[in-house]
Amino acid sequence: MRNLINILDLSVEELDELIAVADDILEDPDKYREVCKSKILATLFYEPSTRTRLSFESAMLSLGGQVLGFSEASSSSAAKGESVADTIAIVSGYADIIAMRHPKEGAPLVAARHARVPIINAGDGGHYHPTQTLADLLTIHHEKGRFDHLTIGLCGDLKFGRTVHSLIEAMSRYEGVKFVLISPEELKLPSFVKQEYIKDKKIPYVQSTSLDEVIGTLDILYMTRVQKERFFNEEDYVRLKDSYILTTEKMKLAREDMIVMHPLPRVNEISTAVDDDPRACYFRQTYYGKLMRMALIMKLLDLKV
Amino acid sequence: MKIDAIKNGIVIDHIAAGCGMQLYNMLGLDKLDCSVAIIKNAPSLKMGKKDIIKIDSHFDVNLDIVSFVSPEATVNIIENEVCVEKRKTELPERLVNIIKCKNPRCITTVEQEITQEFVLTDRKKREYRCIYCDTKAEVNR
Ligand SMILES: [Zn+2]
Repeated sequence: MRNLINILDLSVEELDELIAVADDILEDPDKYREVCKSKILATLFYEPSTRTRLSFESAMLSLGGQVLGFSEASSSSAAKGESVADTIAIVSGYADIIAMRHPKEGAPLVAARHARVPIINAGDGGHYHPTQTLADLLTIHHEKGRFDHLTIGLCGDLKFGRTVHSLIEAMSRYEGVKFVLISPEELKLPSFVKQEYIKDKKIPYVQSTSLDEVIGTLDILYMTRVQKERFFNEEDYVRLKDSYILTTEKMKLAREDMIVMHPLPRVNEISTAVDDDPRACYFRQTYYGKLMRMALIMKLLDLKV
Repeated sequence: MKIDAIKNGIVIDHIAAGCGMQLYNMLGLDKLDCSVAIIKNAPSLKMGKKDIIKIDSHFDVNLDIVSFVSPEATVNIIENEVCVEKRKTELPERLVNIIKCKNPRCITTVEQEITQEFVLTDRKKREYRCIYCDTKAEVNR
């Protein structure tokens, strides 16, 4: 593998490899302090995403490498109309590996076709965001200790939430997985996702509009933001938003060993009182994200300790 | 209805009824100087109804386009009023610069020079998807 565009570019075996490296970094980060010495990561962000960019940069710096790049299109040559292909051809001469975020779907694939160095898709519009999925997978691995035989609840905006789609895609490869889809009618999982990743693979699933009713059955609760803009009118939004807010009361209905995940940033869908619950692992999730990005950079650069 | 037989040229036969015009446009036959005939809804034993296109020259027909629009179609090469070759088409694995992605969020809509590329994702359903954004190709066939 030379690039990471879609999470399915990684086989289950490659994923296990990345997780093993991430585990080892977690154990002994010092060992990795100079792996990427004299290597440069370019972060080309055609739209701002501070969290993702910081995670990539922190990952590279922790490996002893250096970073350069831009954080929005207006401060890059794209503002002057330069094509992705040209920018990538040039940056290939400046960096050893490129993490790219772009508002248009497929831009990282275009980049990969013109690059002389590995490309990591750091999000292309509403399409893919594989390193978020890597963060999610390491979280599940660490907090649950397995990928198989899990009941995974996905709650909130399942229609536009690309992290949800990728997670379903990735988790549907494991045995004994069951999905519980929790959302208002307006934000249900798109039928093509349901068909391809759930129905076609004969994976059991439950659909519900009530978090209260199903929370007690879950091993994992993956929360997402319910955005106001997704609704046609204010009324519907106000009526619905509270049913998809995770509170300490709702947590009382959940299993002792259920974990709560969230791709962050959150707005109000998880009440801050839940943060102190040991089952809440969304902040640990961001750290796992950095570890997986470190492991990924090493793999794509073919570096080992 | 009678259309004169072609002396030297091409007959695309067994086009699914209703697809003749689309095939005409996609093959760029509007740009030809020679006579071209489209026959719509011709009776067919095998298909009930079919479309036929007759081209009065040895135009280099892109077989990928033919099979994409109508996989059952056959391309017959005519010389001296005799069919000298029958080309059976096959659903292509890839469509390169044949159709355009309609997804407004796709990178190909902002960067025009990028190769438009679709790959066959479901042979039974004849489904193609854009390699950049995974959007299904829209065809009115
Ligand atoms: Zn596209």
